[in-house]
Formats: sequence, C-alpha cells, structure tokens
Amino acid sequence: MRNAVKKLYIALIFLFLYAPIATLMVLSFNASKTRAKWGGFTFKWYAQLVHNDDILRALGNTLLIALLSSVIATVIGTIACIAMNNMKKRTRTIMMGITNIPMLNADIVTGISLMLLFISFGFRFGLGTILLSHITFNIPYVILSVMPRMKQLNPSIYEAALDLGATPVAAFFRVVFPDLMPGILSGFLMAFTMSLDDFIITHFTKGAGVDTLSTKIYTEVRKGIKPEMYALSTIIFAAVLALLLLVNAAPEKREKN
Amino acid sequence: MTSKRKWLSAPYTLWSLVFIIIPLCMIFYYGLTDKTGAFTLENITAIATAEHARALRLSILLSLISTLICFLLAYPLAMILANMKVSQHSFIILIFILPMWMNFLLRTLAWQTLLEKSGVINSILTFLHLPNINIINTPYAIILGMVYNFLPFMVLPLYNALSKIDENVVNAARDLGADNLHTFFRIILPLSVPGIISGISMVFVPALTTFVISSLLGGSKILLIGNVIDQEFTQASNWHLGSGLSIVLMLFIILNMIASAVFDKEGEGSML
Repeated sequence: MRNAVKKLYIALIFLFLYAPIATLMVLSFNASKTRAKWGGFTFKWYAQLVHNDDILRALGNTLLIALLSSVIATVIGTIACIAMNNMKKRTRTIMMGITNIPMLNADIVTGISLMLLFISFGFRFGLGTILLSHITFNIPYVILSVMPRMKQLNPSIYEAALDLGATPVAAFFRVVFPDLMPGILSGFLMAFTMSLDDFIITHFTKGAGVDTLSTKIYTEVRKGIKPEMYALSTIIFAAVLALLLLVNAAPEKREKN
Repeated sequence: MTSKRKWLSAPYTLWSLVFIIIPLCMIFYYGLTDKTGAFTLENITAIATAEHARALRLSILLSLISTLICFLLAYPLAMILANMKVSQHSFIILIFILPMWMNFLLRTLAWQTLLEKSGVINSILTFLHLPNINIINTPYAIILGMVYNFLPFMVLPLYNALSKIDENVVNAARDLGADNLHTFFRIILPLSVPGIISGISMVFVPALTTFVISSLLGGSKILLIGNVIDQEFTQASNWHLGSGLSIVLMLFIILNMIASAVFDKEGEGSML
C-alpha cells in the first residue's frame, strides 16, 4: 500500500514535468497552424523545417555557441581546479566564492552586467559576445563537477609518476587526467545543456540580427510560434533521449561480456 | 614547479576578474550615477515609487509561494528517490535535467496550450464532469510556471543531501526507540539542512527575478520586478534606472548567498 502511494506520487511528478514536452511533441504533428486546435496528423512541418533558413541558422548558432562555450569552459575550469587544489585554503575559499557568484546570482543581473561591460568597452555585439557570456556562466558548472574528483585524488600517485621519470605534462595526462575524466565529462555535459537552454543571458548580450533558438522563439511568441519549431525541438529531444539510452545501456553490456 | 602551478591559476583568475567582478562593478557604477555621470541615489530610491514597489511586492510574494510549493513537492520526492537505492546516482539527476533539452521557452509556452479555456486540461476536466480551471493570464499561472521550471533545482540538492545521510545514523535512532516522526524531525530533517538551504536559494532567486515566465503565462498585464528591469534595458534604454533597480534585487541575492555560506560550508547541498 505504502509502496503504491510512493509510486503514484513519483508518477504524478513526472507527469507534471513531462506533460509540456508531450504537448510540444503532439503539436509538431498537428496539421492546423494554431496550437489551439487539432487539425489532423501531418509530417509537413518536419519536411518544411529543412527549407526554413531562419530556424536552421538559429540552430547552427545555438549548437556552435553551446559546443565552443562548453569546450572552452571545460578547459579553463579544469585548469582552474588543478591550480586551486594547490592553493592555500584562504585563497581557495575566495576563488570558490567568486565561482559561486554566477551560480547564485540571478541570470538577469549576470546578463545586464555583461551587457554593460560590452557596451562600456566597445565590444561589437554578436556571436562573440554571446560566446564570452556563455563561457562565463559555464565555467562554474565545470569547476563544481571537477573539484570533488580533484579532492579525492591521491597526490602520491602523481609524485610517483614524476619519480619514475615522467615529465609533469605526461604525468598529468597519463595519471591525473583519467581519474578526473568522469568529473570533466559531467561538467562538460552540464555546461553544454545550460548553454543550449539559456535564454536570459543571451537576450541581453546578443546583437541585432543574431539569434539563437531561444531568442528566436521569444521574438516569435507574439506572432505565434512556427510549427517547424516544435518539429525541431522534438527531433532534438528524441536524439538526446536516444543518445542517453545508448550511453546508459553501454556499460551494462560491457559488464556482461 | 610551484611557480609553474601558480601560473595555472592565471587564466581563470583573469577571466573571473574581467567577466564576473568588473561587470558587477559596472552595475554599481551605472546604478549610482545619472546620465551626466554625477553621483545619485535616485535610481535606487526609484524602487519606492508605486509602480516599482508593487512589482517588487508581487515578485516577492509569488516567488515565496512557489519556493514553498517546490519544497513541499520536492522533499517527499527526494526522500522516496534517496530510499530507492538506485544503483545509478547519475540516472536520477539525468531524469530531471533531460527536460532542459527541450527549449525552456517552448516548455513554458506549452502550459498555455494545457491551461487555456478550451485547453487540454479543461477538456479532460469537462469529460470527467469536473469544474474547469481558468488560471491562464493570472498570477496563479505564473506560480505554476515557476514551480514547473524550478522544481528540479529543489529536488536535486535535496536528493543529494538526503542520499548522503548514513543509514546507520537512522538505524541507531530507531534502535534507541525513536518512532518515524521523531527520526524524521530529530535526525533526517536537521541533516538535510544544507540541501534545503541550497534548494531554497536555487528556486527563490530565479523565481524572484524572472521576466520570461510572467510575460509568457501572465499575459502582458502582470509586471514583476524582472519585467520592469528588462523594459528599462531593452525598450526604454534607461540603463541607469535598470541598474539601480538591479542593485535592489542584488540585496536579496546577497542575503541568499550569506545564508548558503553559513548553512552549507562544505557545499554538501550542491546540485551536482
């Protein structure tokens, strides 16, 4: 009985979290152009998506920014973790405090603060300013996923590698890096996801004429969202879901072998 | 060797100085000056004008309510999940992060379709001969949007804090004769405080400052403080007033940061 109540509760929460996603997927097959009524089943929005240059350009920008910003943030964040690990406790606390600022600060404040910076120093608004902003809010996610791994590391292993004649760089990549890998990977994925889903910071740091999917949707809200957008997000969601199922299934197979 | 390692901290130190510290100083500079560059407190005291004060009051009210609802929904859920002893800790996190792969604006807009007068939910309610709900374009829809968007940020820190509790501590309490209620209030709840504090700040700050959820689900008539600031920047181009109002918002954020620093020193309640 108690187990049934627990399962029902989990099911209701998931219904709440995933109902809008199901709605969007259904809308992507809706033949009627308005989302208010169902006009029959169709694939035409998927077909038209390929010819919608505006949406494809926004998709390209979104993916480019997400990929570049998460890679750069991963590199800077990982190096920062190595450096912080060797710092005095006080300096480290200050650095971690600064790292927490973009996490705890409101997106709107981060967005306008970067906008004011770019205006004051004469940056040209465009993909570049979006990229710089995304790297800035992505670095904390990387640091917060890599740092716990770093703390678990046994420093003697690194020293042993040096004693055995490895150069510091080789010792790092052969010994330390593999141990950090799970943290680095989850930091990277988190950063990529956050960049992809960001609207507010992009809204304040993008230039005129440059759009990511989020800002494009925001400008379309008043005119009505183009159904191709539903089709695109359904494809993205399905692709990610398939990828995750594949990744999750892979280790089990390996264990069986 | 040591000098080399010191050099490693340079990229991030420089980055955070240029893109975190200086931008924050810029907000204070703009917020405390007028268009001629002279010092003024007018942009900050502007919060007291009727329109701005009403927006701030409404924002605080709605974000407090949604934080409370998130907490009440998430705590039992996190307890159930933590007790399930799922082998893959990361799988639970994944389920809550997965929705973010569908655009945040589209997901929020989908609630319009669900909540509308002749929308999905009301069709189901009519079919079941239940009274319809008409909350679209009201503050209730905004609360729903906030709870929907920020619930994962409450669940994950709570789940992390709860799954770290040593089972032996709970068993010891039981052995010593504590019933379920006592075990919960004397052991589990106090040990999950870092998660609670972290969850509250992860929900309260974005809810307090949002302008997207209110403009998508609240119609265009309900203004939150986030909407006011957004308008000052994107439409009125009055950066000084916008910055001044942001400084007021930052007071709440700083209070939140202090609370997390005091209650969660080890970062136990972190999201990841």
